[in-house]
Amino acid sequence: MEQAGYPDDLLYHPDHDWARIDPANPDEATFGITWYAQDALGEVVFFDPPKLGTRVTKDEPYTEIESVKAVSDVIGPLSGEVVAVNDALADSPEAINEDPYGAGWLVRVRLSDPSERESLLDAAAYRASLGS
Amino acid sequence: MCGVSRYTSVTEADRLAMLEQIGVGAIEELFSDIPPGLRLGRPLALGEGRSEQEVYDELRALADRNVSVEDEICFVGAGMYDHYVPALVDAITSRSEFLTPYTPYQPEVSQGTLQAMFEYQTAICELTGLPVSNASVYEGPSAVAAAGWVSRLANGRRRLVVSRGVHPHAREALGTLAHAWGVDVTEAPLRDAVTELPPLDEEVGAVIVAQPNFLGAVEDLEAIAAAAHQVGALCIASCDPLALALLRSPGECGVDIAVGEGQMLGNRLDFGGPSFGFLATTEALIRRVPGRIAGETRDVDGRRGFVLTLQTREQHIRRERATSNICTAQALNALAGVIYLTWLGREGIVELCELMLQRTAYARRRLAALPGVSLLHEQPVVREFAVALDAPVREVIDRCAELGVNPGYPLGRDYPEHCDGLLVAITERRTRSDIDRLADALATAVAAAGARHAVGAG
Amino acid sequence: MSATAADDQLTIFERSRAGRRAFVAPASDVPERPLDELLPARLRRAAPARLPEVSEPEIVRHYNRLSRRNFDLDTGFYPLGSCTMKHNPRLHERVAALDGNARLHPLQDPRRAQGALELMWRLQEALGEIAGLPHVSLQPSAGSHGELAGVLLTRAYHEDRGERRTKVLAPDTAHGTNPATVTMGGYEVVHVGTDADGNVDLEDLRAKATEDVACLMLTNPSTLGLFERGIQQIAEIVHGVGATLYYDGANLNAIMGICRPGDMGFDIVHFNLHKTFAQPHGGGGPGAGPVAVADHIEPFLPRPQVVRREGAPDDTIGTGSDGRLGHFDLDYDRPRSIGRLRGFQGNYGVFVRAYAYIRSLGAAGLRDVSETAVLNANYLLARLRAIGVAERLPVAYDRVCMHEFVLSGAPMKRDLEIRTLDLAKRLLDHGVHPPTVYFPLVVDEALMIEPTETETRETLDRFADTIAEILREAAQDPEIARTAPHTTPVRRLDEAGAARHPVIRQAL
Repeated sequence: MEQAGYPDDLLYHPDHDWARIDPANPDEATFGITWYAQDALGEVVFFDPPKLGTRVTKDEPYTEIESVKAVSDVIGPLSGEVVAVNDALADSPEAINEDPYGAGWLVRVRLSDPSERESLLDAAAYRASLGS
Repeated sequence: MCGVSRYTSVTEADRLAMLEQIGVGAIEELFSDIPPGLRLGRPLALGEGRSEQEVYDELRALADRNVSVEDEICFVGAGMYDHYVPALVDAITSRSEFLTPYTPYQPEVSQGTLQAMFEYQTAICELTGLPVSNASVYEGPSAVAAAGWVSRLANGRRRLVVSRGVHPHAREALGTLAHAWGVDVTEAPLRDAVTELPPLDEEVGAVIVAQPNFLGAVEDLEAIAAAAHQVGALCIASCDPLALALLRSPGECGVDIAVGEGQMLGNRLDFGGPSFGFLATTEALIRRVPGRIAGETRDVDGRRGFVLTLQTREQHIRRERATSNICTAQALNALAGVIYLTWLGREGIVELCELMLQRTAYARRRLAALPGVSLLHEQPVVREFAVALDAPVREVIDRCAELGVNPGYPLGRDYPEHCDGLLVAITERRTRSDIDRLADALATAVAAAGARHAVGAG
Repeated sequence: MSATAADDQLTIFERSRAGRRAFVAPASDVPERPLDELLPARLRRAAPARLPEVSEPEIVRHYNRLSRRNFDLDTGFYPLGSCTMKHNPRLHERVAALDGNARLHPLQDPRRAQGALELMWRLQEALGEIAGLPHVSLQPSAGSHGELAGVLLTRAYHEDRGERRTKVLAPDTAHGTNPATVTMGGYEVVHVGTDADGNVDLEDLRAKATEDVACLMLTNPSTLGLFERGIQQIAEIVHGVGATLYYDGANLNAIMGICRPGDMGFDIVHFNLHKTFAQPHGGGGPGAGPVAVADHIEPFLPRPQVVRREGAPDDTIGTGSDGRLGHFDLDYDRPRSIGRLRGFQGNYGVFVRAYAYIRSLGAAGLRDVSETAVLNANYLLARLRAIGVAERLPVAYDRVCMHEFVLSGAPMKRDLEIRTLDLAKRLLDHGVHPPTVYFPLVVDEALMIEPTETETRETLDRFADTIAEILREAAQDPEIARTAPHTTPVRRLDEAGAARHPVIRQAL
């Protein structure tokens, strides 16, 4: 995806991570990194998937993404337990660059404290935090 | 004082013009950031520089005070071996294009070094039967320590079990580092010269053995790897890469990390270095591997090319979370290694090792038949074996030296339980007549030293 | 007739043809025993290792062609910052190859290796004098290994005093090896900031230098090419909390014979013999990373140590080559030693070359090396300014530099829309190896230039002109630099593809 974009249906963590919560299933969320994060990182070459059942704590790193010449911690936007990981990234980590909000999703998490979402930013606020 | 060194090229006229361009009056001003109290204020006590010819003469005189393997018939191995290095290795590795570049940071102008690394990695994978090799590490014993660190990264366990058959320098180097990691190292004893594993438990991160071991004996790697895996530990084998021409490969045996000294592959003895170490492992551990790795790719025009890859493992990117602090390979020595392996070739390496195997067997029989000499063990060996002498070993060695023979490495310092032991290595450079001369010298020396010993003891 | 490009890209494995060979084994001269009797089948490999089958002429041609796909120091300017790419005297190769050196077994009895041990002892003495620290171990195999030795020595020193410390400080300008070494040495790294002048931020250091700090690792001159003006205060702060001060010798080339780490207050120094003392880099090794230490660290040095034993010689020992009674030996009796770091005695072949270099230059020559290295760097910087390059590539910290300096490509990126990487790649088309790029991390779009003392003024002028020309060209047409190089054996390579789907050996 060439152009910067921050969909309105996502919640954003200031460390450039997003969470998508399906209103039909508010106890779970999908996590990924934002357009800004993938752009800063450059061509992603490796995503180290956490094991199923891994505890994710809001504001703390739960895994790493590697580009050719950088490594970045991925921060948990919300707390919970990993219930699914995006296995397709093992073969095509470039999806994180090409489609950060779709095929480039990272993990699905069962939330331990859904109220934490209140502290996340909406798209407008996140965009503002980027100074653009 | 410009112009004192013959390796600088700044003339007096240059200097004046350069200082003027900089805008200072004297070189001294360029060092103005150095507090006056810290200036040395005297010349270093290193004497005057000398002409090339004088330095050559001085180093030549020092070298002449050493007894090299060209000066005597040498049967010492114990980790480094007097193999023949073909002339083409010297010819290729002394080319400026291989000798003088830095690490290949700019792949567009480093394809020679990078492709050679790729070829080296392929050759090491073939020998070890493992799918992943780095572009080399410092040398053998520290490679064992590096493999221990990989196992620590892989499973975080706090104990390593290392066989007493692993090279004593490697065991010591591992111990030096493991202490800093807070990892315990337990020694597995040898029984009849092969490793006897103690009961293992789930605190053990890796079991480390040598193939063949320090006493020359071939280990049952498969059984050791299976025992390690039973408790979820890794199996690390420090291998003689030439012996792997004949032996079941570590990969076939289930070994997780194969490391070893590479000197015997086309590198000279150099009193212990520089040489190279190799490190090969499984796909599962690819992101834990220390050091450089070359990988194949394409350029923008679709041409094949090679780059340093998986660099996020390395210290210049991951810093304190790097898989290792190693940032150098032994590129030139590893190049010699792959040239040597290519020179031997698929059939040649087997023929060479079979020759060593036969001559070693001959030497073993010959020495075992001497009075006062017995085999320290009867396990299968490839090109090194141990005997026990009925006379003080150091004295026997000195007497042999007078006869122009260096009969082997005394085991006493590293293995007090074998203070009568002598480790004898037979490379392809040792002919039957050399071996016969060793037998004669040893017989004479053991008889003389034994007699003196007996008299002294009485 | 030159080979086709496609043929050039074949690996030695792809040139293999069944039945070709280079090696002929010496004739067997012993009675042969059946293989099964010597090595039971269950221990033997089922299939031979698939090494290439090629003839000697093919091997020579293959590797000669490969060599021509390398850029090397003997061919052109190589101002790779922090790597000290100085001329490698050929005398060194000749003396290292003498039989008495190259064919000396590392386990030869010390009494029959007196020349080698004497050379090592003399090198220890010389390095100790250069560092201003009297005790030297030659054992570490490379700079990174020397660093590790330094951290382990620090640990041993504190443990010996019954202290458990957990942290090691390193400036944020440090080479990545420093923090990686700290982790391998069992410590946690804490970064210290850099002040507006490019020095260690003393306030930050004071705040972070606590009683649980074991060591500060420092390079001086720093990786910015600047001398730490506050080095004496730094030493005071670090020693004030009982920590050691460690000197990363990467930049020792700037100060030989002018000032010494030991006199600055450093307790432990590592040398990069392959940088400062002109060892060929071999495409990334071999090197050697000896350490020099102060008295209070000496008991912990690695084992064995090369020593000169004075006094009456025993019956087999004569004198050193200087005629003094005594002999040289390996001392294993070091009960408080950290132990070995590797096999045998270290990279002796590197020691021979370093010793030849020191003997060739002597005290005055080594000082001349450092003075000329600093002169060349400052001249090149002044030249770049004089011809207007500094507008687009300003120096990161505007001070007198030492043997190297760091430019920032940020204005170039903003104004000309080419990055430091593009400039580096375009330099390749001009037959120059690019400087170190994107390091140190504290400088945006960094370009780190170390000309070394062995380059002529004309080479430096040409390099400055080349940079200016590339900038002019980019102002006209930035695409040329963005797609550079254009004249190299291959052009920009797909590094992301290589890392996503690693192909790290030949499929056979």
